[in-house]
Amino acid sequence: MYSKDGENYFIVDAHIALWDARPENQLNIHGKQFIDCFYDYHRNLSPEPELWPYEDYLYYGGERLMKDLFEDGYVDHAIFQPARLGAFYKNGFGQTEEAFALASQHPDKLTYNHCFDPRFEQAGLEQLRRDADRFGLKGVKLYTAEWQGDSRGYKLDDPWSYRYLEACQELGIRNIHVHKGPTIRPLDRDAFDVADVDKVATDFTDLNFVVEHCGLPRLEDFCWIATQEPNVHAGLAVAMPFIHTRPRYFAQIIGELLYWLGEDRIQFSSDYALWTPRWLVERFVDFQIPADMTEYAPITVAQKKKVLGLNAAAMYGIEVPAGLGAETPVAV
Amino acid sequence: MLERQAWRALDAVLDPELDEPITELDFVRSLEVDGGRVTVHLRLPTAFCSPNFAYLMASDAKDVLSALPWTEEVVVRLDDHHDSDLINRGLAADAGYRGTFGDEAEESLDELRLIFRRKAHTAAMERSLTALIRQDPELRPHETTLGDLPAGPATDALLRRREALGLNTDPAAKVLVDEHGNPYPAEETPVRLRFARSVRISIEGNAHFCRGLLKTRYPEAKANA
Repeated sequence: MYSKDGENYFIVDAHIALWDARPENQLNIHGKQFIDCFYDYHRNLSPEPELWPYEDYLYYGGERLMKDLFEDGYVDHAIFQPARLGAFYKNGFGQTEEAFALASQHPDKLTYNHCFDPRFEQAGLEQLRRDADRFGLKGVKLYTAEWQGDSRGYKLDDPWSYRYLEACQELGIRNIHVHKGPTIRPLDRDAFDVADVDKVATDFTDLNFVVEHCGLPRLEDFCWIATQEPNVHAGLAVAMPFIHTRPRYFAQIIGELLYWLGEDRIQFSSDYALWTPRWLVERFVDFQIPADMTEYAPITVAQKKKVLGLNAAAMYGIEVPAGLGAETPVAV
Repeated sequence: MLERQAWRALDAVLDPELDEPITELDFVRSLEVDGGRVTVHLRLPTAFCSPNFAYLMASDAKDVLSALPWTEEVVVRLDDHHDSDLINRGLAADAGYRGTFGDEAEESLDELRLIFRRKAHTAAMERSLTALIRQDPELRPHETTLGDLPAGPATDALLRRREALGLNTDPAAKVLVDEHGNPYPAEETPVRLRFARSVRISIEGNAHFCRGLLKTRYPEAKANA
């Protein structure tokens, strides 16, 4: 919980990771390129006192995660959204066993979402059933630009994706977090295109689709789709730290999201360990739309409370302590 | 002198997504002229920038340099990218898009390029109209014509983008038009302008994110880039 100016905020960090990108886990040059890309994001968008040494960034472990999120970071509950990246890392990028053990130890604080890849076809479908049972899955994280053999990505509206989403319906996995990346076949098309989200959101109205990075770098296409599909939500991973480097740009992003989606479908996330939640929470609570941006209404305390935690809590059924709830209920 | 000509030629190569020249974005790491031989190294903000855009910029760079009357051999190399080997091999062999990416390519990148030209036009249209609305809140944007726009870089940019799409640049033509140049009905004006604004914000946001990342990745890059 975070308190400021007599207001209390219940914090849900909806996108965190426990990764291992150390050289001994890298499978090839792409493993190094990937974590270096993350580290550049971190270095480019973090305030100076928040910068981590590269060595710490490669692997930080569960103890540090607990401290950064729950002791220092005001977070009440956090959700793992792992990326497998099996083509880049020997034991995967997201550390399944370690993260799940941590979540099992702290069920009040951590939710473990897992990932699937429809290109594993029938075998992967059976694995998904076992994973749903073992992890008690409420959600999954999909990285559609994951490489696998000669394939460099898939779409949510591929036939096998549909079978996996049907299994999610059956298994009670309601929350589908989608992350777009740069390499989906064929390269003739825009890999960041969110049209496939539009299609599955229409066909699976009982599932929630949380588009991570609120569709960036295609914010406009995302907003257009989300306006028409009530089960499409915006995850603020990567968008949040612009609050420091580009506050006016951040104001525009949040202004657009509030305009197109409304206050109930936006979720805070630090994308830990890309960034740590402490400074993001503090700055978001202090944040206001600049007065000269008359095209956007000022953001209210009630809206901030929803974004920082109440929206994700409603989606995941996380209990919100008395007195910390919304003045108007979150519509899910 | 020849070097300057080569740089000027590269000014015409745009990042399709950011709608800015690769020279402005500091994506040209080095350029060397040795007689009729030009060697250019390109660099991008991350190792995982989209390979199709990376290829487009690299092959456009090779095309504009090859078109100079004095060049005999043009070598364009993309550095530090996850597809550097593939793209550099394709460029060296003049393999074309399909020859470079093989199975990952279906037809061509023309449609992709068109999508981003349209986005660039939408953003330019919004910039022009919003500037005018700031001055005159009573403005009726759907009635505004190109001739109503003040002379200046924003209007020039809009006209260039209309030309690139083959749209009418006549002063009597309406400013607020769809991708085919058709004016929107008056009642759709607010939502169309709103959407155009989010297109503009998305492009501008991507551009400053990319500039920032390039500077983080290559600290020696120009301070203003």
